[in-house]
Amino acid sequence: MNKIIKYVLYDIVRSKIVVAYTLFLLLLSIGLFNLGGSADKGLLSLLNLVLLTVPLISIVFATTHFYNSYEFMELLVSQPIRRSKIFLSEYLGVSLSLSAAFLIGVGIPVLLFAPGATGLYLVLTGLFITFIFVALAFLASVITRDKAKGIGIALMLWFYFALIYDGIVLFILYSFGDYPLEYATLALTALNPVDLGRVMVLLNLDVSAMMGYTGALYKSIFGSGWGVGIAFVVLVLWVLVPLLTSRRVFQKRDL
Amino acid sequence: MIAIENLSKTYGKLTVLKDLTVNFDGGRVVSIIGPNGAGKTTMSKCILGMVLPDSGEIKFNGESVLKKHAYRSQIGYMPQIGKYPENMKIRQVIEMVRDIRKDATVIDEELIGLYGLQNMYDKRMGSLSGGTKQKVSAALAFMFDPQVLILDEPTAGLDPISAEILKCKILKEKKKGKLILITSHIMSEVEEVADEVMCLMDGAVKFHDTISGIKQNTNEERLSRAIAKIMNEED
Repeated sequence: MNKIIKYVLYDIVRSKIVVAYTLFLLLLSIGLFNLGGSADKGLLSLLNLVLLTVPLISIVFATTHFYNSYEFMELLVSQPIRRSKIFLSEYLGVSLSLSAAFLIGVGIPVLLFAPGATGLYLVLTGLFITFIFVALAFLASVITRDKAKGIGIALMLWFYFALIYDGIVLFILYSFGDYPLEYATLALTALNPVDLGRVMVLLNLDVSAMMGYTGALYKSIFGSGWGVGIAFVVLVLWVLVPLLTSRRVFQKRDL
Repeated sequence: MIAIENLSKTYGKLTVLKDLTVNFDGGRVVSIIGPNGAGKTTMSKCILGMVLPDSGEIKFNGESVLKKHAYRSQIGYMPQIGKYPENMKIRQVIEMVRDIRKDATVIDEELIGLYGLQNMYDKRMGSLSGGTKQKVSAALAFMFDPQVLILDEPTAGLDPISAEILKCKILKEKKKGKLILITSHIMSEVEEVADEVMCLMDGAVKFHDTISGIKQNTNEERLSRAIAKIMNEED
């Protein structure tokens, strides 16, 4: 497996997009930390931007990469090698290189300007979001052979998780405001990895005090060790479910 | 060596292979002919596991190949149109495949030498002409001394000299007891290298016979006429 990852990584590094992505994140983080007065403010703005851009870039880059590697996979499939190995190598190649970009671009500035638990949560969330959205991108790519359609599906997924989902949640909260919705909102949060990541980081900042009763509930759950543990388990599930589904589809399809 | 039993494959509503049953033995060159869309490439890809059949069985030396991968170390495949990662150099493609097939004991670099590929090792695959890509495909197919060679229209993009080199190589490998499957539309070429002809039509075997057998049955001197006769007779 390592041999194939090596060639996937080589191909990605050559395209220089990952290098540009690293520089973009680096510039963004350093800029935000220098703009805001306190480290906490910097982290908050960085969190919002990271949760918007990292999913978008991960999903678009991974989808285009998958379609561009079609020839590569076709060449390998006729060789004595398992299909799932080819697929997982592609996945790890893409997600590891994007994660490395994120660690350099956001991890190092956070370590320099705002070291601490909140910063660590932000970096972990970003890494999970990267792995999750690359998996979603691969799922979109194996569903259809058409590159334009695949990228369309990928963009729709991003729209859904980054923008539409919050709208739906707000709508539900507003419509059923008369009912106790604390646990419902908790469940709704778990259904969107972006929101889950956001809540985890926010609760480590002081701003959670402003979130009212629901905020207090979140705090009591995510503040405890097992609450955080469950949140991470849910994030891992968000990686595994689309990844294993797409691997299944990939193994059963004609090349 | 390869036994295909009741193989069926449909793409949506289109039936490509219909209950195909056929046997191939070692030490033979079998030419697979048939009209466009008869299922020749689909059959080869099924043997390679690139296309997964709907039903039926493919056996390689008596063992099923479905959902397996190790058997592919005994198959060399030259695709109709070689598709390679554009950014990789010839050297890297060859090194990568060698890396994957580390267990191969014999490395046959004869075709690399004859085609002069070492002089082009640093060219990117994307910049190569169709014919040069075919040469790379051919070199890769023969490189690991496999028991079976599947060549999908091998000479289609090659110049006459390169095609001649390939034909000599095919006959040489046949003598080592290998099974060589060639799909081709060029009858003179079929006559030159093949021992048997298998004709696929609408996803089923139309006929499968030795070349002399076909000529005898039809009382024709030339293979192309003999085959045309069989095709017309039964229509």
